[in-house]
Amino acid sequence: MSTEPSKQIEIDRNIGDFRYDVKYDYDAGVGLTEATIDYICDVKKDPDWIREFRKEGLKKFLAKPMPTHWATPDLNNIVFDNIRYYLSQGQQAKRSWDEVPEAMKQTFERLGIPEQERKFLAGVEAQFDSEAAYSNIQASVAEQGVIFMGSTEALHKRPDIFRKWFGKVIPSGDNKFSALNSAVFSGGSFIYVPPGVKVKHPLQAYFRINAESFGQFERTLIIADEGSELMYMEGCTAPKFETATIHSAVVELVAMPGAKIQYVTVQNWSNNVFNLVTKRGLAHEEAEIKWIDCNIGSRLTMKYPGVVMKGRKARGEVISIALAGDGQHQDTGAKMIHAADETTSNIVSKSISLGSGRATYRGMVAVPRHLKNCKNNTECDALLINSHSRTDTYPAITVRGQGNACQHEASVSQISEEQIFYMQQRGISEAAAMSLAVNGFVNDLVREFPMEYSVELKRLIDLEMEGSVG
Amino acid sequence: MSCLSIQNLHASIGDQPILQGLSLEIPKGEVHAIMGKNGSGKSTLAKIMAGHPAYTVTSGDVLLDGESILGLEPDERSRRGLFLAFQYPMEIPGVSIANFIRAALQARLPEGEEFEAVEYYGRLYKKMDSLLIDRKFTSRSVNDGFSGGEKKRCEILQMAMLEPKYAVLDETDSGLDIDALRIVSEGVNAMRGKDRGMVVITHYQRLLEYIVPDRVHVMVAGQIVMSGDKDLALRLESEGYDWAEDLRNSK
Repeated sequence: MSTEPSKQIEIDRNIGDFRYDVKYDYDAGVGLTEATIDYICDVKKDPDWIREFRKEGLKKFLAKPMPTHWATPDLNNIVFDNIRYYLSQGQQAKRSWDEVPEAMKQTFERLGIPEQERKFLAGVEAQFDSEAAYSNIQASVAEQGVIFMGSTEALHKRPDIFRKWFGKVIPSGDNKFSALNSAVFSGGSFIYVPPGVKVKHPLQAYFRINAESFGQFERTLIIADEGSELMYMEGCTAPKFETATIHSAVVELVAMPGAKIQYVTVQNWSNNVFNLVTKRGLAHEEAEIKWIDCNIGSRLTMKYPGVVMKGRKARGEVISIALAGDGQHQDTGAKMIHAADETTSNIVSKSISLGSGRATYRGMVAVPRHLKNCKNNTECDALLINSHSRTDTYPAITVRGQGNACQHEASVSQISEEQIFYMQQRGISEAAAMSLAVNGFVNDLVREFPMEYSVELKRLIDLEMEGSVG
Repeated sequence: MSCLSIQNLHASIGDQPILQGLSLEIPKGEVHAIMGKNGSGKSTLAKIMAGHPAYTVTSGDVLLDGESILGLEPDERSRRGLFLAFQYPMEIPGVSIANFIRAALQARLPEGEEFEAVEYYGRLYKKMDSLLIDRKFTSRSVNDGFSGGEKKRCEILQMAMLEPKYAVLDETDSGLDIDALRIVSEGVNAMRGKDRGMVVITHYQRLLEYIVPDRVHVMVAGQIVMSGDKDLALRLESEGYDWAEDLRNSK
């Protein structure tokens, strides 16, 4: 019955723990200087304004201090000089899996991506290190005018839409890591959904890190025009390496009036990855942006998806599940910026800390004085499995003015010995009982994920819990 | 050998002795009642048999069909055929009754054997109907927000689904109104049979009007002090537990 700290959860990431030897035709080398940026610009044939944008980003990155005055000092363990900032076999994504280089194709096949594409997706982009290896969209969806391509490609092919929104939701100097991304970004998705088009099936991106001591810095920009609807899903894995790897993405969403965007993430990086991501959406009048975010992997994740509700009656939502295993720190949360009347936001966050794992919730809710009839609801629940597991909650809620309402509930619970005994008395082993209770704890949130993902999520949680107890 | 046998069992919690040489034999096919007032150790006996980690067995043994189960984990004891209907069933938020019972049944399947979901739901619904449990309950979280009566019926449902060799019902009548008591008792009686032994723990005679025991045992201070047939329960009801205690002291 005792939950021995010594026999902690064996984090099983075997699903992504493999790698193929790949010869990279383009390698920016180790370290980050202006020369690195020039190399990336030259290889990618960036227009001048992007070159300037990158260099500006680099300056801001170098100028900004590491945010250790509020975040974990573990950030200081990132050695930026040891990281490779650009690795690829070419900049052109393939439209057919048959054209994708063999090692990359095998990688994605092992991860089940082509199979998922056939089964239930409207389009797929598969990024391998710095560039998309594959990108395709169903003909029927493309015919409706939906654009889905790598951001590198979009920059060249659709500068009209790209330039209008790029860097507008998240300015490069938003934080140290958005500045880093702005300097060296490569890959990521670009999506444009024309007015009134409702994309029935999800579009999916899969991010794969294959190289050691590498940084992946994709940049995703999604624009849902008036009254359109879209669900986008992203998954990610990397092999286990001895050295630290960094993943620092910037994701910008724009929901025009009446549009709906759902953005689903299942993050399962190996536990050597620093995952430092900035995600924010801009919701215009009566638009809705919903982040459904699940963090299982990585060494340290810092991610606070946000919604700026700029138009009247806009809605923002963050549904978040974090599982922090031994040696992991999931520092996640949400930002809800109310900037118009009658806007509503909802945050539901559940975290599980196992062993020496630490889950931190940071939530910012801001409703300024001049607004009327804004509402926020925040619930954050933490489950601690072992006596040395850790959870922290840092809510920062500023609601001013008359007629604005805010509700915040937080709880910390443990699975009791009596609950485990009860389940064991029915013949369920202690480990299975733990797993059942943990799945029960997140069950209502798991249901928010698309079915294919919720099944995968339950499986991942079971794997994490296996062997978690004596 | 086909019996649940408790042999001179001594057990304690911390330094506090709870069971002090308790012996009892429940053959398959029989229903035994254990009566005693609060604090006599009845519920503790049930938990110790099931392997609750808070208690230490200091001497004696518990044999299930001739084999000691004291060294086994609670889940293994359950899979060997021991069931405990809890006095206070635990709430498991987010885990539906259907999934919970399914997990319990799955734990009994040999490795590699597939679970038959269609057959399972057929059986589950049938048992629920007989216990007058609304079928909607399958998707409700185990005991979460249940009334006292609903919890007890849910315990009997689990017993019916798991078909144990031996069942211990701990104060199953507590918190039940007369209608619920009747339904629960009918559920228990339906489970009686030559292949199953049952122990009914109660401190009221009332339950035993519905579940008529083959034997009645009186427990005082961690020991069985008196055994008899069902009339002993009636005698106890009229004379009170002091009578049994006096009898023990005079021994």
